[in-house]
Amino acid sequence: MSSTLMLSAAAAPGGSVLFVIFALVACLCAVAVVAAQTVVRMAFWLVLSLGSTAALFFLADADFVGAAQLLIYVGGTLVLLVFGVMLTASGPYLKIATSPGEIILGAVVALLFLCVVVASISGVSWPEPQVSDVGALQTTAGNTLRPLGLAFLGTRPDQDLADGDQLSPGYLLPFEIVSIHLLVVLIGAAYLARAKRRAVGT
Amino acid sequence: MSLSAYLLVGAVLFVCGIVCMATKRNGIGVLMGVELVLNGANVNFVAFSKYTQLGLDGQIISLFVIVLAAAEAAVALAIALNFYNNHLTIDVDRANKLKG
Repeated sequence: MSSTLMLSAAAAPGGSVLFVIFALVACLCAVAVVAAQTVVRMAFWLVLSLGSTAALFFLADADFVGAAQLLIYVGGTLVLLVFGVMLTASGPYLKIATSPGEIILGAVVALLFLCVVVASISGVSWPEPQVSDVGALQTTAGNTLRPLGLAFLGTRPDQDLADGDQLSPGYLLPFEIVSIHLLVVLIGAAYLARAKRRAVGT
Repeated sequence: MSLSAYLLVGAVLFVCGIVCMATKRNGIGVLMGVELVLNGANVNFVAFSKYTQLGLDGQIISLFVIVLAAAEAAVALAIALNFYNNHLTIDVDRANKLKG
């Protein structure tokens, strides 16, 4: 089975090297998004940051989530943002500068906030996963497409097999709500963004 | 890798997104900060899905987050286009019509 191959690839020492590489790329590109001045460069760094985050998802055995991240975020949302840049900028390198005092203040606040978050993360002792836990075993296999699809359809064989008499609800109703929500959002966005009238002077 | 390494990456992405939202004056830049924040939360969900007893639920929640982020980006871009049509700029500091 291919899942054992993926498991061994993630458990090998090469997995942690890959994790360090992609984690560094994701974090440094996120910092570069904040530091970049023109919005086109921000979009470029954001593509790199989101792409290496998708690689982190693959390393965490979440293959479908990583693929969805690549398809929807990097392929869809970023293209949408770049279209927004094209439609709203008078030139490709429009620069709306932040004053240096605000940059320094933002950096100080960012460092303090990061210290708070890291301190609170390291202050908690997270529970180790139980080996006998069926749900954890399902995800460490790395082949998540079929359990995810079944969960979206409202059945959870991974949890129903665990405790037998109690059926877990699944995610059919949130899935339908999100579908209707996407339809409403698409119609609403098309209605909002249609060309009505230009301001005087264009 | 352990759980706290993933949480550290998520924390860095989250803080970068918050600072991006707070300091950028370009409206599209603020949107990119929102994307970074949601992405940091997604990293946390996937990490908890792998390293704790949360199981598959974390990945499902992160899929919902990805889809809702796409919807949010579409609506926010429509609002940004309307803003640009009315103000001829995307600078959010110019949006002070409602200031008392």
